Amino acid sequence: MTTAPAAPLVTMFLAQTRSELLMRWRVPAFSVTNLVLPIVFFTFFGLPVAHLVRGGVSIGAYLLASFGAYAVGNVMVYGFGIGVANERGMKIDRLMRASPLPPMVFMLAKVVTALVFAVVALVLLIAFGIVVGGIHQTPGVWATIITRLLAGSLPFIALGFAIGYWSGPHAAPALANLIYLPLSFASGLFVPLNQLPAFIQNLAPYLPSYHYAQLAWSALGAGREPLGVSLLWLAGYTALFLTLAVRSYRREERAKFA
Amino acid sequence: MAAVVELRGARKRFGAVEAVKGVDLAIGTGELVALLGPNGAGKTTSISLMLGLRRPTAGEARLFGLDPEDRRARSRCGVMLQESGTTGVLTVREIVDLFRAYYPSPLPAGRAIELAGLEAKTRARIGSLSGGERQRLYFALAVCGDPEALFLDEPTVGMDVEARRGVLESIRALSASGKTIVLTTHYLEEADQLAHRIVVIDHGVVIADATPHEIKSRIPSKRVNFSVETAVGEATFSGLPVRNLEVADHRVRLLSNEPETVLRALFERGVVLHDLEVTGADLEEAFLSMTRRA
Repeated sequence: MTTAPAAPLVTMFLAQTRSELLMRWRVPAFSVTNLVLPIVFFTFFGLPVAHLVRGGVSIGAYLLASFGAYAVGNVMVYGFGIGVANERGMKIDRLMRASPLPPMVFMLAKVVTALVFAVVALVLLIAFGIVVGGIHQTPGVWATIITRLLAGSLPFIALGFAIGYWSGPHAAPALANLIYLPLSFASGLFVPLNQLPAFIQNLAPYLPSYHYAQLAWSALGAGREPLGVSLLWLAGYTALFLTLAVRSYRREERAKFA
Repeated sequence: MAAVVELRGARKRFGAVEAVKGVDLAIGTGELVALLGPNGAGKTTSISLMLGLRRPTAGEARLFGLDPEDRRARSRCGVMLQESGTTGVLTVREIVDLFRAYYPSPLPAGRAIELAGLEAKTRARIGSLSGGERQRLYFALAVCGDPEALFLDEPTVGMDVEARRGVLESIRALSASGKTIVLTTHYLEEADQLAHRIVVIDHGVVIADATPHEIKSRIPSKRVNFSVETAVGEATFSGLPVRNLEVADHRVRLLSNEPETVLRALFERGVVLHDLEVTGADLEEAFLSMTRRA
């Protein structure tokens, strides 16, 4: 009898993704922060002005798109940042390293899990906006917003990894908040930019979240720059964050496994 | 036929400290080998080299004739490490199922859980397990893939007497079914009960590699302390099976495998002694005596 030399990658990937989903779902620090917080923020900042229309654009839909961008970035930065830092703190990496699971499959399962959570966060948020806020757009517009926000989330995955490998389990939550909340605010995700102080309006066009939200805003006809420009900025930030992540990862690799 | 594990002139340096100083070791199919040594002797580093968790500074490590990081080699190994953790929010059954998915032909989950003696905790969240139960869970994760080789770093640390007996029993059964098993321990007793072969490591070098019987005869297992009425010299002990003899004033301290023989001889030689103590020798001390002679 001959046995296969190794387990099929698909089997490993499915089992790993299932476990990652369970783990994230069962930790309120992730599930509540990822799924509920955007709705709470939208209730405070969006609902009171949801009925307004400016320049032919529904303010409700605009803010749903903003908080959608916030929500997906949140899933990525927190999930990878705090998740990776925690796993390093608990030394899960040592056991995984000795197992036959290839690191790429491990990473891929994490990315897919984060995307699933991002979809759920967006669908819950938009459903909330439709049902409670009475906000209406064609299904095509919502689908475009969801697709673009998922596809454009790469810089935030990279930022999450950078935080996760750079900081420890105790510092990561604080660091993620310190970076991500001001970034979102200054990019006009909580309050539209034209209502923010001038220096923030001048700063915003240099921030990743600003260009990321353009992907969603432009689906409503409220974009401030061509899609190509947004994508270029996002690609640049992905490269920057990925470089930081890889540097921290290599430093760790040398210390633990060299 | 390639050895399951092979270290050839393996060295590992961490900054100023050389944890492994040139180890040559080949472990064949079906062997049950205990790496025995005091804490900090280089056992864990040796296992890390075998598994590709660390790269040798010099020399070479092979696993099933392959680079230890090769997935085909890792798919044939089950591993239980010290200083590794896992998530607390999955249940025992869930994580065993996860690890089973990493292997081409795993055991049924129930069987792995049974080998670790965790049947009563199948549905418990990992976070709710005691230290000893968690250790047994790691054992379940090591065996669940039904791998050909098992690497167990201090497998019974933190277990109570009963759990320890159960896990040692499982290790024996797995060995009897043909698995190759490499374990580390700092208990001579544990190594003696289990292993076919004991490799004694101290200060990063192999100082003995033999059957438990041979090792035991070489490691002085008892410490003998007593006072003497009239001062004696080292000559009094000539020809007796003693090690690490210290004679200071009227106090005598020594290590021996045969304290009865030593004492009988001393009585015959007319030595009057009191405050006699015979205790199990501290393993660390015993190793030191071996290193000194080697």
